[in-house]
Amino acid sequence: MAYAATTTPAKNRDPRDRGGEAQPLLMVKGLLKYFPVLGGVLNRKVASVQAVDDVSFDVAKGETLGVVGESGCGKSTTARLLMRLIEPDAGSVIFDGEGVGEQHGLSVRDMRRSMQMVFQDSYASLNPRLTIEETIAFGPKVHGVSGKEARDRARALLGKVGLDPNLFVRRYPHELSGGQRQRINIARALALEPRLVIFDEAVSALDKSVEAQVLNLLNDLKRDMSLTYIFISHDLNVVRYISDRVLVMYLGKVVETGTVEAIYGNPRHPYTRALLSSMPSMDPGKRTTAPALTGDPPNPINPPSGCRFRTRCAFAEGVCATVEPRLEIVADAERHAAACHMEIAGSGHTKAIPQLAPQLSGAVA
Amino acid sequence: MAETTLPGMVPDTPVASRGYWSSVFRRLRGDWVTIFCLVVLLAIILSAIFAPWVAPVDPYKTSVIRRLKDIGTPGFPLGTDELGRDMLSRLIYGGRLSLLMGITPVINALVIGSLLGIVAGFVGGKINMVIMRTVDVFYAFPSVLLAIAISGALGAGLVNSIVSLTIVFVPPITRVAESVTTSVRNLDFVEAARASGAGSWTIIRVHVLGNVLGPVFVFATGLISVSIILASGLSFLGLGVRPPEPEWGLMLNTLRQSIYVNPWVCALPGVMIFITSICFNMMSDGLRAAMDVRA
Repeated sequence: MAYAATTTPAKNRDPRDRGGEAQPLLMVKGLLKYFPVLGGVLNRKVASVQAVDDVSFDVAKGETLGVVGESGCGKSTTARLLMRLIEPDAGSVIFDGEGVGEQHGLSVRDMRRSMQMVFQDSYASLNPRLTIEETIAFGPKVHGVSGKEARDRARALLGKVGLDPNLFVRRYPHELSGGQRQRINIARALALEPRLVIFDEAVSALDKSVEAQVLNLLNDLKRDMSLTYIFISHDLNVVRYISDRVLVMYLGKVVETGTVEAIYGNPRHPYTRALLSSMPSMDPGKRTTAPALTGDPPNPINPPSGCRFRTRCAFAEGVCATVEPRLEIVADAERHAAACHMEIAGSGHTKAIPQLAPQLSGAVA
Repeated sequence: MAETTLPGMVPDTPVASRGYWSSVFRRLRGDWVTIFCLVVLLAIILSAIFAPWVAPVDPYKTSVIRRLKDIGTPGFPLGTDELGRDMLSRLIYGGRLSLLMGITPVINALVIGSLLGIVAGFVGGKINMVIMRTVDVFYAFPSVLLAIAISGALGAGLVNSIVSLTIVFVPPITRVAESVTTSVRNLDFVEAARASGAGSWTIIRVHVLGNVLGPVFVFATGLISVSIILASGLSFLGLGVRPPEPEWGLMLNTLRQSIYVNPWVCALPGVMIFITSICFNMMSDGLRAAMDVRA
């Protein structure tokens, strides 16, 4: 292990840590994936779906990043791109200071040991022919752990996710409930002792009481195993509960990012505001009569010019159709940034501040 | 373990686990039709294997004076054929060749077809296209015609008919294996295995094979009956085994001329083909039901 010479070994530092505390665990820059649409006589590429278009974000060590957005906005594709289950067209992923899949960087195989994923469909993500023990021990075995040690690890992990090892090791997925299966999936993801776990709608299919149990389990595991989470969900309440920071996506783009307090307390992008107002509320005084958002998201094969949200935005003006808004920092302390012309000083939008002192403006790197 | 326990929530109840195969066996045990078919098949297969001990007389021994005797003739419980040979002994010995020609091509095709289908389904893309379009070429011919054409080209004989029937059965098995593999490959557990860092070979061995071989095996069991009928057909046409070998299809052919003299005896080889193939079919249906884990 080659540590950087400048880092000072802290008392309870993770031995797997390479970049130091200030180094984000994951840095994503310009991630891009266009899926080709094949058609015509010779199955040629006739168009492309712009699933993930120039997405950049950081995940700090030990934090939980929530990713929200409508169906089809590229949340799951982003997760699969990070795991390299899909090859990105462009962009770089830097895991704790090491470029994934780059020369002198981290190999994809090693990255997969440090980064794991839990899928939404708890049934489809378990092999029906393997016992729970075999399923959990599979990953460690692939990485050269001996059979016995892998089985011991599987038993220990079952205990950690709240299932009695003696009752569950020999059982098959179809004998378990949805909540139990998702616990198995979590145990399987943790079997490689990863540092980052991506949850792709991992609790969406569970009923509310089981969902609450699993969320608490995730919080416990995160504390006990010093994990970092990327939590993808369309349930804004769940994201608010579990996340430290939130990333809002729309049609393959990041439209707003910031701490939970900033996003839920002071949303700046009209899309985020619409999303939040669509959240069900228990308060009859907050009854909404007009829909927060109308229509479907535009076709990602041919997205709108300029700002992608302008076709559904109540504040859209001429500048929105011509210029694509960059992600602009709106409040530095809360790491709050939004991609909206109304937030960019001097953008030409009538609601934007016409001129601003230069030291306050600046794009997110 | 801090965990929210909601009031009135039922705790996870422990259930003793059974293995996959033992649960298949348990379901099979309650299925009387399948059990009955299995017993009948077992009786036919065992009597074919132990034919020299089971058969009452020599199946090749001819006699001019006792030709085409009725069923129930003393000493000849199932009568005699057109050359005076004992039908019961010939039917027992005939099972050897008929079952061999019915089962061997299917086993061969199971190995070749699964391999091709799994590779095509798992790799996809151009390799899939090459394999599956080649397989489609064989679909252009009806299976009977294809078997006759290949047998005719290779010449009559036991080995050649097995080869020709193998070629006939590879395409359908490849198709089934390919379609099942394609659907399994897209399931999340294969993605999860890839996310664990496993290579393609490990994923095929651990995650794909177990899920694909079950359905393919059941499908192949159903093909055995077709194979027996086709093999009999080849022998009937003189493209399979040659007289005086006892083989059900060939016996049906040689007894054809005597159908007006003693129709009951002449129908016996056909009855054997019918019983064997229907038992294989019913057993395949029973296996399919028993192997469905969600049942």
